Amino acid sequence: MIEGLLIGLSAAFSIQNLLMVIAGCLIGTFIGMLPGLGPMSIIAIMIPVAITIGDPSAAIILLAGVYYGAIFGGSTSSILLNAPGVAGTVASSFDGYPMARKGQAGKALTIAAIASFAGGSIGALLLMIFAPMLSTVALLFHSAEYFALMVVGLSAIAAFAGTGNVAKAVLMTLVGLVMATVGEGALFNMPRFTMGLMDLQSGFSFITLAMAMFALPEALFLVLNPARSAQGASGKIENLRITREEGRKIAPVIGRQSIQGFFIGVLPGAGATIASFLGYAVERNIASKEEQEEFGKGAIKGLAAPETANNAACTGSFVPLLTLGIPGSGTTAILLGALIALNVTPGPRLMIDEPQIFWAVIISMYIGNLVLLILNLPLIPYIAKVLSIPRNYLIPFILFFTLMGSYIGQNNATELLLLVGMGICATVLKFADYPLAPLLIGFILGGMLEDNFARSMQLYDGVGFVIDRPMTLGLLVIAALLVIVPSYRARRAKARKEGVAEGD
Amino acid sequence: MTFVLGRRALLAAAAAFAMAGSASAGGHQVLDSIHFLIPGGAGGGWDGTARGTGEALTGAGLVGNASYENMSGGGGGKAIGYLIENADSNHGTLMVNSTPIVIRSLTGVFPHNFRDLTLVSGTIGDYAALVVNKDSPINSMADLLAAYDADASATAIGGGSVPGGMDHLVAAMVMEAAGKDALNVKYIPYDAGGKAMAALLSGEIKALSTGFSEAVALADAGEVKIIGVTADERVDAYGDAPTMKEQGIDTTFVNWRGFFAAPGLPEDKLTMYQDAIEKMYATPEWEAVRARNGWVNIHNSGDDFKAFLEGQEKVIGDLMKKLGFL
Repeated sequence: MIEGLLIGLSAAFSIQNLLMVIAGCLIGTFIGMLPGLGPMSIIAIMIPVAITIGDPSAAIILLAGVYYGAIFGGSTSSILLNAPGVAGTVASSFDGYPMARKGQAGKALTIAAIASFAGGSIGALLLMIFAPMLSTVALLFHSAEYFALMVVGLSAIAAFAGTGNVAKAVLMTLVGLVMATVGEGALFNMPRFTMGLMDLQSGFSFITLAMAMFALPEALFLVLNPARSAQGASGKIENLRITREEGRKIAPVIGRQSIQGFFIGVLPGAGATIASFLGYAVERNIASKEEQEEFGKGAIKGLAAPETANNAACTGSFVPLLTLGIPGSGTTAILLGALIALNVTPGPRLMIDEPQIFWAVIISMYIGNLVLLILNLPLIPYIAKVLSIPRNYLIPFILFFTLMGSYIGQNNATELLLLVGMGICATVLKFADYPLAPLLIGFILGGMLEDNFARSMQLYDGVGFVIDRPMTLGLLVIAALLVIVPSYRARRAKARKEGVAEGD
Repeated sequence: MTFVLGRRALLAAAAAFAMAGSASAGGHQVLDSIHFLIPGGAGGGWDGTARGTGEALTGAGLVGNASYENMSGGGGGKAIGYLIENADSNHGTLMVNSTPIVIRSLTGVFPHNFRDLTLVSGTIGDYAALVVNKDSPINSMADLLAAYDADASATAIGGGSVPGGMDHLVAAMVMEAAGKDALNVKYIPYDAGGKAMAALLSGEIKALSTGFSEAVALADAGEVKIIGVTADERVDAYGDAPTMKEQGIDTTFVNWRGFFAAPGLPEDKLTMYQDAIEKMYATPEWEAVRARNGWVNIHNSGDDFKAFLEGQEKVIGDLMKKLGFL
């Protein structure tokens, strides 16, 4: 391994490759800030550039830089504008945006930068040590386990209730699950619930729904409620520093989520989105009672958890890509295409045949993370200034951003109509204090839940997989506990309170 | 309405650019410009085919200028509808498409089919293949059929398409040609090729129906064995892979990609398009694009293309009826 590290170091530390990392991170960060252009599209745009470089190590280093930069840039729009551009950064907006509203935008971005850096670096360390062994872990999960994992994700939905109550969160989750069934699923040959509209045939697009649920209602809220925007503008942005106490608070979160996120990322069917949701849910559940109250209102733990987890998961997704040649996500699928075009075939033989590529990628992960941190920390005050733009300029800016985000990927004008229609519904729901995050989570998990469930049913000719596969059963038990334990705790707390009241 | 005018204005601007460009281009130029209509989003297979072809055509100087438009929606149906409804103003447009146009027209997902368009040519293609895990006891189609006979329900075949989609049809076609009942084949769909691959390696499915070029990449990585290719003869890219035919299963299948134009396209314009594409194959620019993407040249022009599509429609249609999708 030491030998491999040296090969990687000598490959990555050429002037050319260092420039590649820096260029990749910069391009990724800035394009990634635009919602609608997630890592997948940016990498697709950069592939022809990477291929003309010719040297496979340099090309993949550039693309990996773009990848990290894009994920990092994606959290910026999530935190500042409540406009998550990719599914993996949705959870970052739950606490990141409230922090920005409280005038702590600078601090939120700093926490995001540090959490991303730590998640990415610890992930790279794990990748380096365990990659060959982990290829078998990636294959432990069958459809049945993925189904159970999605159930775990859904059972944690109460954690996303925000300020609203749990019943409303459950209701919104169901709406999300229903919306996920629109269009052609992976399991049926015919479109469902499209009302004969051709534009619904591929279902709702994630980005349109995310913009309609988060960014658009927020912009409309700013219009309808001037006091709300005044509050944001008055906040001081200079406050970037994380206090020692805050550092102590988030350090264990970052440590736990780096590891949890990485292992979820290793599973080809899970990825950064699931990792960030589960990371958020787990940290909320194990936090103290007072801290739990803070979640959803700008808790630093609630921001650090998903940011760490999604970056660690991105690194984890390189395990099946490099050791098995299996892309776990759309983004890694595009990376795989690029590698093959460069005559590199990822798979079990990559480490033996072309170790310099394997190690160069790992070293470039460290460098990429470091470069991102160094580049971004000084830029944060300037990026955060976006929020001090007067509201008559900021609101059109957010609206433009939102509309462009949903149009740009698909070039389909109907998306704009859907966006505005759903955005208005979402604004009404927001007024009624219905949390919108559970709807989006239901939508994201719904498709995977259904596909994996149906596949398991088909493979086992019924629900036998729950008993036949111990890991599925285990995950389902965890899901049940996630629902039962908090409600039991709440009931006991309530009973105790009443008991005390009687005692007086 | 304003939206349509906006699009027209853009096209006019693109055409103006093309005019300016044509003056400086080489002597063997066939066409001033082509506007490629891509029925899906950026980064997909159709997108890559159109942009790669455009790159080769302009790079070789056969076409002065190429512009691209992504129009996703309805799994490709929106672009087909657009091309038919606005046929008169789209004589400069070529739409890329592939095997799904045949499948989806049959199921009625698209209200139109390829006969409603002007057929230009099929340009590239990929054979299909059945692969198994490298550690699998199955080494040939005969082994797979034996396993299927022993326990059909435990011999699940996976693929990256919906039931009734391409990967399923290939698996069914092969089993049918081997004398088995396609209806009993347990086909497990995955929403992406990568996930289907993971399922194969984890043992969830016994065999995987996939594209040949994808299968070659995996076989080169030492992870799978290709037990059958749907080509007429062994393919040079991976000579070790036996064809279905040589194993006594008389079936072939090509997943083609090609170009269509608006209905009512004038004959001379059509000839120009076909001419440009035909000349493209001999250019080094095309060879570079083709090799980069791992495409196989499968050229069918005009009437050959029509005959090919009709043949494919018949085979797929019969199979889908049998499977109960029609």
